Amino acid sequence: MREFDYQRAYDVAGAVALLDADPDTRFLGGGTNLVDLMKTGVERPVRLVDIRELPLDRIESTPEGGLRIGATVTNGDLAAHPEVRRRYPALAQAVLAGASGQLRNMATVGGNLLQRTRCGYFTDVSRPCNKRVPGSGCPALTGEHRNHAILGASEHCVAVHPSDMGVALAAFDAVVHFETADGAGELPLADFYLPVGDTPHRETALPPGALITGVTLPPAPVAAHSRYRKVRERASYAFAIGSLAAALDIRDGVVREARLAFGAVASRPWRAAAAERVLTGAPAGAETYATAADAELAAARPLPDNGYKVDLIRNLVVTVLTELAEETAR
Amino acid sequence: MASSTSSVITLKINGEKYTLPVDHRTTLLDALRERLDLTGTKKGCDQGQCGACTVLLDGRRSVACLQLAVAAEGREITTIEGVADGERLHPVQQAFLDLDGYQCGYCTPGQICSAIGMIEEHAAGWPSAVTEDVRPEAGPPALSADEIRERMSGNLCRCGAYVSIVEAVARAARARTDEGSVESGTNAKETVA
Amino acid sequence: MTTVTTGTTATTSVQAPSVGTGHTRVEGRDKVTGAARYAAEVPFADLAHGWLVLSTVARGRIVALDTDPVLAMPGVLAVLDHRNAPHLVTDYHGMLGTPDPTCAVFQHDRVPHQGWPVALVVAETSEQAREAAEALVVRYEQEPHDVEFTGDHPDAYPVDGHMPAVTEKGDLDAQLAASAVVVDAEYTTPEEHHNPMEPHAATARWDDGRLEVIDSNQGVTWVAGELANLFSLDPASVRVRSEHVGGGFGSKGVRAHQVAAVMAATLLQRPVRVVLTRRQMFSLAGYRSPTTQRIRLGADPDGRLRALEHRAVSRTSTVYEFVEPSAGVARVMYDADAHHTANRVVRLDVPSPTYMRAPGEAPGSFALEAALDELAEKCGIDPIELRLRNEPETGPVSGLPFAGRNLAACFREGARRFGWAERDRRPGLRREGRWLLGTGTAAASFPAGAAPSTATATAHPDGTFTVRISAADIGTGARTALTLVAADALRTAPERIRVRIGDSDFGPAMIAGGSMGTRSWSWAVKTAAGELRERLALGADIPAEGLTVHSDTTEALGALTPAERHSFGAQFAEVAVDVTTGEVRVRRMLGIFAAGRIVNPLTARNQFLGGMIWGISMALHEEAARDRASGGHVGADLAGYHVATHADVPRIEADWIDDTDPDDPVGIKGIGEIGIVGAAAAVANAVWHATGVRHRSLPIRPDRVLSAATGATDV
Repeated sequence: MREFDYQRAYDVAGAVALLDADPDTRFLGGGTNLVDLMKTGVERPVRLVDIRELPLDRIESTPEGGLRIGATVTNGDLAAHPEVRRRYPALAQAVLAGASGQLRNMATVGGNLLQRTRCGYFTDVSRPCNKRVPGSGCPALTGEHRNHAILGASEHCVAVHPSDMGVALAAFDAVVHFETADGAGELPLADFYLPVGDTPHRETALPPGALITGVTLPPAPVAAHSRYRKVRERASYAFAIGSLAAALDIRDGVVREARLAFGAVASRPWRAAAAERVLTGAPAGAETYATAADAELAAARPLPDNGYKVDLIRNLVVTVLTELAEETAR
Repeated sequence: MASSTSSVITLKINGEKYTLPVDHRTTLLDALRERLDLTGTKKGCDQGQCGACTVLLDGRRSVACLQLAVAAEGREITTIEGVADGERLHPVQQAFLDLDGYQCGYCTPGQICSAIGMIEEHAAGWPSAVTEDVRPEAGPPALSADEIRERMSGNLCRCGAYVSIVEAVARAARARTDEGSVESGTNAKETVA
Repeated sequence: MTTVTTGTTATTSVQAPSVGTGHTRVEGRDKVTGAARYAAEVPFADLAHGWLVLSTVARGRIVALDTDPVLAMPGVLAVLDHRNAPHLVTDYHGMLGTPDPTCAVFQHDRVPHQGWPVALVVAETSEQAREAAEALVVRYEQEPHDVEFTGDHPDAYPVDGHMPAVTEKGDLDAQLAASAVVVDAEYTTPEEHHNPMEPHAATARWDDGRLEVIDSNQGVTWVAGELANLFSLDPASVRVRSEHVGGGFGSKGVRAHQVAAVMAATLLQRPVRVVLTRRQMFSLAGYRSPTTQRIRLGADPDGRLRALEHRAVSRTSTVYEFVEPSAGVARVMYDADAHHTANRVVRLDVPSPTYMRAPGEAPGSFALEAALDELAEKCGIDPIELRLRNEPETGPVSGLPFAGRNLAACFREGARRFGWAERDRRPGLRREGRWLLGTGTAAASFPAGAAPSTATATAHPDGTFTVRISAADIGTGARTALTLVAADALRTAPERIRVRIGDSDFGPAMIAGGSMGTRSWSWAVKTAAGELRERLALGADIPAEGLTVHSDTTEALGALTPAERHSFGAQFAEVAVDVTTGEVRVRRMLGIFAAGRIVNPLTARNQFLGGMIWGISMALHEEAARDRASGGHVGADLAGYHVATHADVPRIEADWIDDTDPDDPVGIKGIGEIGIVGAAAAVANAVWHATGVRHRSLPIRPDRVLSAATGATDV
């Protein structure tokens, strides 16, 4: 870790000014990802601007009936918040499925959106990696890629986004708010993460110098009936090998509305729009759910060692939607 | 203030103030262990992947290895050295001792600090990943063995003392419930949410 | 220390025995308050910090080390590499044989594997040392490497290790041909790492002409002897201390960090501390080799074995010959008319493996006990009944009598408590929601032994005693166990005994290894303490400095008659498997052991359970991924290498039957390793019972379960 300057910001404008769009400066939130990456040499900032004291640590109802979540709200507080648990239970479950109690008490919502992939080649600076060093190559393609992407990847990068929280946010049409020296802006989560293509090092559509200030969840009655299911190689305290955020509204045996997003299958939380189109208006039932999953997974391009993820996600869709449907019926 | 890559900071640890110059790179963990001779907080992985360095920051359990010391200024830091009430062990410590909730002892301070923080989180009604229904209407989950296991999973024990650790945490949590408050330890009291 | 089970009150004139009664750890308060100091936690004035630089190529030669820019960095004191490091002697025979050249750092420009130490950067602070080490540019002349381990590698050759490589009895082909039932299967286990929670750490300094090393190791006199040999020092001038050790499991012997610290302390003439990072441990701390094991069993319809073949292949480095003797367990467990076993090794461009909890028995029992389960299925016999029908009278290979073989009793007691009698042998029948349920069992054995040790016992005028022995308590509870043994030998209360360990100045003693530590040390402690009591009983005066008696067990151990000496056990597991997600959860587990006299039931239970949890972890989680292209690890940390955490471990039980060893003064056999033996097989056998699919490769990962579910084949 190289030496760096450290400054604390106390208001948003001050934080943005301190960052000054300097590519070698980073905002420090909980530090659970950034400090780790600094230790491994992946990140080598010359200056940190500590934003933990910013007044962005609140969760408030919006006039429309949604929720506005401040960027420095910790994962722990997010998952514990009664309105999150009541209106978006899958979001609380997703956050609780991530990391550990200690890390959730440190990690922030803004940082969670920006966390980097856990790909073992990305985190080892002695290896090539197109995401870390553009043009250096991707050893995962022919190397260890059991937990790599099946959707939306390219021959330049097959890493997956590690967030659980983001998967639920994707399902609920979250909007990311940010601030730059030029003023405030917002990005729907669907546009927040950039396609991999031949620029895997460019991960988000945030303009240079932007500070994430919060996330808005629009009102979504269907979200009250939602669930997050995560599969991993240990029962807890491990990253997902496949996960699913799902919400379902069934009336008279017909799916009125469905939300589906997949985790650990792509470079970003993967909103399953094709599957949702199949589900909407179709008769509720395992057959419909499987057809919907297949519609989304038709685009899957598995590598030699991660084809199991196609089966895993398909099975998760059928199982979780069936469970949600049964609960609706009760 | 020293150079732009170091600062003189004051840390509040176990109710005492420590003023020291720190390289900005210094983590809270290294500041405790290498600068302040508070070596009870352990370094197991230095990457947030084992929980051995768990301390309480403003009453909440956190890993000290990913917490920069300079960024911890102004926060209430409680380490394993600060959880007992003088000679009287914290109930969690006592339960670990009585029920053999350890073997080599290296993950132990982290397990104990984590358990103290976890018991308070549960008392505040926080759900976990194994809570059947997270909606507030469902009410707070009972602190079953499975709830303890999930909530303590951020603390690895390579000796595999998990069975007795869970027994110890359950015993200490029961004692807290029975008495309605933390039994001892001024710093521990601050963890009540 | 407190007695936690009801005993006689202290008011009686005759002291109640301490051995056999649960006692909390004598150092327990220090451990729960954070007062116990481990190797990197002993403060020294003027301490400098060393940081190792490891190779990033898997094979080749160092052609340049650009040290000048690094030496100019803030706080940097020195850079040690093969051009300026002191010469080390490596052609000696130490306590455990010749040294692994991996610990002989900076002696040449060759790089035999990725993660080989190429330099040590020493600086005033650890932050400065780390940054300077990362900044050091090393250029290599790279050579093609081979890290690909396969069971049919053409270069595999037999290696003896601590047992003969090959044993053969009878005509295998003929007996297989004559068998009504045959199992022929290949099993694999992956590269596994010890990962003690405390990283390897050493602080070295010269103090008044003596080299002093504060270290985290499993044997202080062992490490002191190795350092004396390596640096050509008078053994009396080397002192190694290791009071508290944060786990070892076989990995904490002589490693690069101690040697590098001694070099730097010598060069700089000030204390130097070197701590391995978690990532460095994956290259420098040793590991368990992957294994490929082929097992062929031939049996009569009633399950009686006619043929048993167990052929194991493991991997070692190009610089050191270490064998994981997986086939050894078959030489103890089962007899057959034709009985062939072999341990072979392939040398590749990888770090040297080493002893890891139950070396040989852990992977070997997975293969053998899974194969027995397959045989039971094919014969239509209950797996416990199959094992009972094949109980040998004498050592299947040695022909020696067993000095206690209580395996059948373990199975009977375990079956009763686990509810085995109600089990339906057919697989894939039980479902609970999304989970398929199954149960499995396996046998366990581990050698019981003792090695020469010395101890002293001192009586003080105030009625207290001090026992000194260079034992190591790596979490086993040895310090407490020795206190109880000494208390009984002195017929006094444990509270009056101080046991001091972890100091090489206390004289030679066995290491904490091979499940032999507590037995070896107890023998020496009981001998010294017993003689001291006799002297006091005869009216000996206690001078102010105390009355001290010394013991050495070398002669007594030499008088033991040859026999098959082992601990035994029966493992039971119930698992739940979701074949739609691939998740496997252990629901409950029971281990019943016949492992000699149990000195401290409180800590012994914990240690048995710890071994069983290692078995769960081995069955379901642990695996280090090695990248063929680079030759190095991918994800070498505790997020990439999964060990079982709280949520993976249900309420499991361990208990024991009376099995006092008549040849041991205390009756001990040793319990450190038997808990893991057979545990992974019990889990894997339960997974078969739940799903009907045999998983012959560990770990049983979700992707493997999913693939098996869709492919409908054994894997």
